[in-house]
Amino acid sequence: MTLIKTEIPEGMEPIYSYPESLTRLSTHYCPGCVHGIVHRLIAEVLDELGVRENTIGVAPVGCSVLIYNYINTDFVGASHGRAPAMATGIKRIYPDKVVFTYQGDGDIAAIGTAEIIHAANRGELITTVAINNAIYGMTGGQMAPTTLPGMVTTSTPTGRDCAVAGYPVKLSEILAQTAGAVYITRESATDIVGIRKTKKAIKRAFLAQIHGLGFACVEVLATCPTNWNLDPWEAMQWSREHLGGFYPVETFKMTDEVKALKV
Amino acid sequence: MTEQLLKGNVAFAEAAVRNGLRAYFGYPITPQSEALEHLSGRMIEEGRVFLQAESEIAAINMVYGAACTGVRVMTSTSGPGLALMAEGLSYIAGSEVPVVVVNMMRGGPGLGNIQPSQADYNFMTKSAGHGDFHPLVLAPASIQEIIDMVGLAFELAEKYRTLVMIAGDGSIGQMMESAELPPMQPVRDTVPEWAVSGAKGREPNVVTSLYLGAEKLEALNLRLQAKLAEIKRNETRSVEVATEDADLLLVAYGTAGRICVSVLREARRQGLNVGLFRPQTLWPYPEERLSELADQVKGMLVVEMSAGQMLEDVQRVVQGRVPIRFHGRMGGAIPMVDEILVDAESLAKEIGQW
Repeated sequence: MTLIKTEIPEGMEPIYSYPESLTRLSTHYCPGCVHGIVHRLIAEVLDELGVRENTIGVAPVGCSVLIYNYINTDFVGASHGRAPAMATGIKRIYPDKVVFTYQGDGDIAAIGTAEIIHAANRGELITTVAINNAIYGMTGGQMAPTTLPGMVTTSTPTGRDCAVAGYPVKLSEILAQTAGAVYITRESATDIVGIRKTKKAIKRAFLAQIHGLGFACVEVLATCPTNWNLDPWEAMQWSREHLGGFYPVETFKMTDEVKALKV
Repeated sequence: MTEQLLKGNVAFAEAAVRNGLRAYFGYPITPQSEALEHLSGRMIEEGRVFLQAESEIAAINMVYGAACTGVRVMTSTSGPGLALMAEGLSYIAGSEVPVVVVNMMRGGPGLGNIQPSQADYNFMTKSAGHGDFHPLVLAPASIQEIIDMVGLAFELAEKYRTLVMIAGDGSIGQMMESAELPPMQPVRDTVPEWAVSGAKGREPNVVTSLYLGAEKLEALNLRLQAKLAEIKRNETRSVEVATEDADLLLVAYGTAGRICVSVLREARRQGLNVGLFRPQTLWPYPEERLSELADQVKGMLVVEMSAGQMLEDVQRVVQGRVPIRFHGRMGGAIPMVDEILVDAESLAKEIGQW
């Protein structure tokens, strides 16, 4: 992998720099994929909160399985969908450390549905970042729980027929109903405004954990240009239009304590 | 310390607390639920972690997460629950984290029933999950022995950074016996250097079972196999009763092994030179000693609460040197002394010893 170097000339102050919580590796993600963007947002948040050395991440199964190559904290690798259970085990041992899971939509809204709902319902003091691109990226573009009605994938070649394959799962709406969740929001990381909002949401979600308020999850509408057969620019537009059209970008639950956090 | 009357499930759970268990995650399943109930009170009393998970799948992954921090952690279950845990067991083996799992075997397949069984022998010793690995499997035959094996299980799990399973059965879990618990040990407060704890002043630690590239994954497998070979060399355990002059050898473990002690006494009373070989480790199987005994005795009778799963290991070791007969009960039925004796007598006649 390519090593990226940032050198600051003598006598100059950096106004924008590489986050300490991000390793200096270039990612393996496809052009136009937003995993790299969201990784960076998490890294910036960990830097700003000063918790990098106190953080343990839980990696999923999916395209972001190698997230520990990019985020510069301790990490464990979960089996498919079980990241919230693993995070629970870690957090119960280390209540004072920051524990987060990073999961794709297949991981969190299909195979791992039970684990995320129960972790949220227990009010587990962990933070979850869920990437929703409506498709299984790593296995080659099959239908995800979040695949839109009529959407063509390699396992719905004539488009998702909901009468046969079931309906798209709106995870955030479901999690918002759990008593233990304090902050459930859906953001979109496909344009500058959305990326800035996503970062703020991630920061709020980590702060909710650090202040011991309860479970927080940020769902991020994303892209998969490779499996959508679109170029990066088209994919960003498609995500905003179609994913955003089906999955409203909004905050579904935010307790008063979370609202009062200074982000 | 004094002996007290203890139920098996409570005994092993309390033994774990006294061996410095830091966290327990579990899901209720008969015939081991008393362990979870006992720990739900005791762990909180001691300021440690107890959590009832939403499934055995979640339980084993909570165990896996806690194990990545290097603490003493365990779960307990029975066959149907163990099947759900198989995914996690494989990840635990691949990640080389120390974990102890107690399986109180019940009748199967399927929902089966809740009576004692030994039908998870192959599952535990040979195929606890996908990929090439074996857990170290300990088999107690009494309440005292399961108490002692809990301490041993934690030691071995940590020494080898491996998965250790205790193969009990419904009767070990449910029966009460007089036994002595170990003294209370504090929870260990040191963190192993490989564990995750936050990368303060060091490079990040990553605990994973993912090794992309055949060379890397083969290297992990070679390391695992070398470790298993070392476990095989050092940790094989068995007990023997009256084998010195035995012509006919009973081979049985756990509850079946315990029943065979009564068979042996009765057979000896009738003038049969019967001995008992009882493996305490099912993996690694005590091959070397059994092989020596195969050169000494004239026949073997394997007794199991299964269709004959350990039997195949005995046949593998004995290699046809002496006749082997099998007495098995299934589905929660327990072998009876009288019935085993009939088979022992008939084998004795066959080998000309009676």
